[in-house]
Amino acid sequence: MFEAIAFYTFAILTIVMFTITVLTRHALYALSALAAGMIFISAFFFLLGADFLGAIQIIVYTGAVMSLYAFGMMFFDTTRDVIEKRTSPQLVFSLSGLAALTLVAMFTAPIVSSNITAFYPAIEGVGNSQMVGMVLFTKYLIPFEVAAVMLLVAMIAGIILAGKKMDQSLTLMKEEEIKRQLNEKAEA
Amino acid sequence: MMEITLQHYLILSTVLFAIGLVGVMRRKNLLMLFFATEILLNAVNVAFAAISSYYGDLTGQMFAFFVIAIAASEVAVGLGLLVVWYKRTGKIDLDTMTSMKG
Amino acid sequence: MEFYLYTALFAPLVGSLFAALFGMSKKNVIAGIIPSALLFVSFLASLKLAVYILGGGEPIHVELMTWMATGDLYIPYGFIVDEVSVTMMMVVTTVSTVVHIYSIGYMDHDKGFNRFFAWLSAFVFSMLVLVMSDNFLGLFIGWEGVGVCSWGLIGFWYYKESATWAANEAFIMNRIADLAMLIGIFLVYWNTGSLQYDDAFAAMPALDMPTLTMIGIFLFVGAMGKSAQFPLHTWLADAMEGPTPVSALIHAATMVTAGVYLVIRAFPLYDLIPNVGLFIASLGAFVAMFAATMALVNRDMKRIIAYSTLSQLGYMFVAAGLGAYWVALFHLMAHAFFKALLFLGAGNVMHAMHDELDPFKMGALKTPMKWTWIMMTLASVALAGIYPLAGFFSKDLILEVAFVEHHYILYTVLLLTAGLTAFYSFRLVALIFHGDDRHSENGVHPHEAYNFMLYAMAPLAILAVIAGMVFKTPYFEMVTQLLPAIEYHVHNHTVFWIMTIGTQLFVIAAIVYAYKKYAKAVKVDKKVESGILYQLLYNQYFIPQFYEEYFTKMYRELSDMMWKIDLKIVDATVDGVANIFYNTGKKTHTMQNGNLSTMLRWMVIGTLILLVLAAAFYIGQSDGLAMLLSGLGVI
Repeated sequence: MFEAIAFYTFAILTIVMFTITVLTRHALYALSALAAGMIFISAFFFLLGADFLGAIQIIVYTGAVMSLYAFGMMFFDTTRDVIEKRTSPQLVFSLSGLAALTLVAMFTAPIVSSNITAFYPAIEGVGNSQMVGMVLFTKYLIPFEVAAVMLLVAMIAGIILAGKKMDQSLTLMKEEEIKRQLNEKAEA
Repeated sequence: MMEITLQHYLILSTVLFAIGLVGVMRRKNLLMLFFATEILLNAVNVAFAAISSYYGDLTGQMFAFFVIAIAASEVAVGLGLLVVWYKRTGKIDLDTMTSMKG
Repeated sequence: MEFYLYTALFAPLVGSLFAALFGMSKKNVIAGIIPSALLFVSFLASLKLAVYILGGGEPIHVELMTWMATGDLYIPYGFIVDEVSVTMMMVVTTVSTVVHIYSIGYMDHDKGFNRFFAWLSAFVFSMLVLVMSDNFLGLFIGWEGVGVCSWGLIGFWYYKESATWAANEAFIMNRIADLAMLIGIFLVYWNTGSLQYDDAFAAMPALDMPTLTMIGIFLFVGAMGKSAQFPLHTWLADAMEGPTPVSALIHAATMVTAGVYLVIRAFPLYDLIPNVGLFIASLGAFVAMFAATMALVNRDMKRIIAYSTLSQLGYMFVAAGLGAYWVALFHLMAHAFFKALLFLGAGNVMHAMHDELDPFKMGALKTPMKWTWIMMTLASVALAGIYPLAGFFSKDLILEVAFVEHHYILYTVLLLTAGLTAFYSFRLVALIFHGDDRHSENGVHPHEAYNFMLYAMAPLAILAVIAGMVFKTPYFEMVTQLLPAIEYHVHNHTVFWIMTIGTQLFVIAAIVYAYKKYAKAVKVDKKVESGILYQLLYNQYFIPQFYEEYFTKMYRELSDMMWKIDLKIVDATVDGVANIFYNTGKKTHTMQNGNLSTMLRWMVIGTLILLVLAAAFYIGQSDGLAMLLSGLGVI
């Protein structure tokens, strides 16, 4: 009973938030709505008993990703309303509608769902986080390590792309060089 | 209707995915495009988690986990590129980015 | 012996290719000498083969290589030298050699000298293929080859529209007949299973009469085209547009005799269908009379000789139709000699008269052109059939054949035609060489032809005189090894002598009348010329106009209509296909406008299509539709 109420509430909220994200003209409103939608998504995870995932969603998605976007928005002149050319909205909506319909049809076919068997069945009596840990560090270890490397690479890439004077390395330059450059800058 | 089954979650995921598609096709501002991409990823995460929960299998949650990780790194790199482009051309309007024409 | 066969066959081809090398260059006399020399070599080889066959040798049968061997069909490039083909070979090579040497002088001032010899030798090669082939298909190849070379030679002066028109007319008329011949050949193969002469003729007695009649008729229609029998005759007179040596070789001695050769070669067939033979003979007699009447009033020297050829071809077909094949072949041989001689003499006159063709504008040429006069008179005497020249032994023999076979109507027609023949031949000779001088007033001063040209014509003159007396008996002994040996004797001696002497007197009377009328100061008689009979004959019974009006015009309109259809349907289709591609490209190239938004939209469309396909496939594969609907809660 509560589950049903919770589900429907969050569902409606999520849909509304995401709709605002895609339809509004103001970038700030879109950002805020997106962040709110992320929070409500995490509610689903908690409803489904995936506690770890829900927590991760809040921390990483809402916290990190959204703040990254917020920083990014500071660069661009986004207070100005974005003028967008409306090119055939019917096409857009109809395409999405059709896609949704097809997918729903595919998902509700019971023949699909009855053929699914569990590869890594959950162990009873253990909390979700512990289970995640156990599976992650045994069966999904390699993807985990690879993801780590990928995050490292992304971090470096982000710094390089957005940084200034990246062709000079402060640690490798001599002291005099640094001083001279600072004086030049002070005089200019 | 009171009983929340897997179908409900899947339909929800589909609806969210459709919304994401609308955003992807509609938005001309590159930053907004990224927002729509995030919506797509989240919809998929919901589907993964739901299936994993209803079948007692943790594979779905692991997948969702990695999706989140990848989404984060994607945002980082994407925003970096966006900044570089903005510094160069001063605009982030998709209609002006047509150097790949033909 | 095979060596001689190949030499005789391929020497003209080598000569033709050699002359063709000079095709685009200026006139080079070597391009005339080498083909003539090679043709003389071919003549010597044919002579050797003739001596061999005359001496009782076996026919030489060679197979050069296989052409088609598919399923039951086996067609080789095979050649045979037997009695009939060696006779034809001798005729062809003799006349060709003479004409080649003559042409070196005749085409002396012509720009297309080299090209002429290429075509001429190619023609001789095709003709040799025709007569030496041992199957119907080889015959057909030679047939087509002589048709093409004839086209090239009639239309030799291609910048003259009348020449190209005449060449096209000749070729197209031949083509119409060739269709019938092809059908005949198909029928032969279908019914007898082979195209080789031996096998086909051996299988023919087993076939039923209607089939044999059809084959015979179709093959004869093909012969009609080549030998210009009515109604496919108009091309022969127009073919005089070509150079005179061409007329001498092709339209007197060789190509037009191909039809007769075909009937002679297919004699086992025609022996089985005597009704068709009678039809052939009747048509031949009709043509003989028909052509002779048209030659009576004509004012074009070469046309008169052409009609004479047509008339004599009719004689040959009478003989062949009545089953006297060896007689037809003999007349073919004798006629080739004196008709070629007549044409070459006419060529001399034409050159002397600066290409004037109307004998009414000539006259009294016997003094400046003595030798030409002598030779043309000899040829005309031979043509008229006066004893002891060649024509008597061949032409009068045909008259005897008709009489002995009790076809008295044919006999009468042929007799009258003989008189007409003598008349118009000597009318021509009298107008050109005797009488008063009508050419000096036009400023023309004639001179004799080059000496070597006269020397070249001399062998033909000698042959025209002696061919009958000397050759008849050995020829008869030889050729009847193959052809049916029927001796034609009028049993009653009195009747025989009355016939012979009577014919001679009739012919001589015609000659005397011609001389009286024309070997004096002659004027064109306007009253006679406007007479209706004269007009009918002069305009060739208005047949060319008839063909023009009822066949050519209608066909032209049909072609125009077809051209429009071709333009609108075929061209439109091809253009349409091209346009489809072009327009598709034009419409879809907006997919590549570099805009990310557009690309994303296309991506979604693609994804959607794939999803729908997957779902449809899955539903189609299983009985999923019911399950799908039950899953949705509908059923």
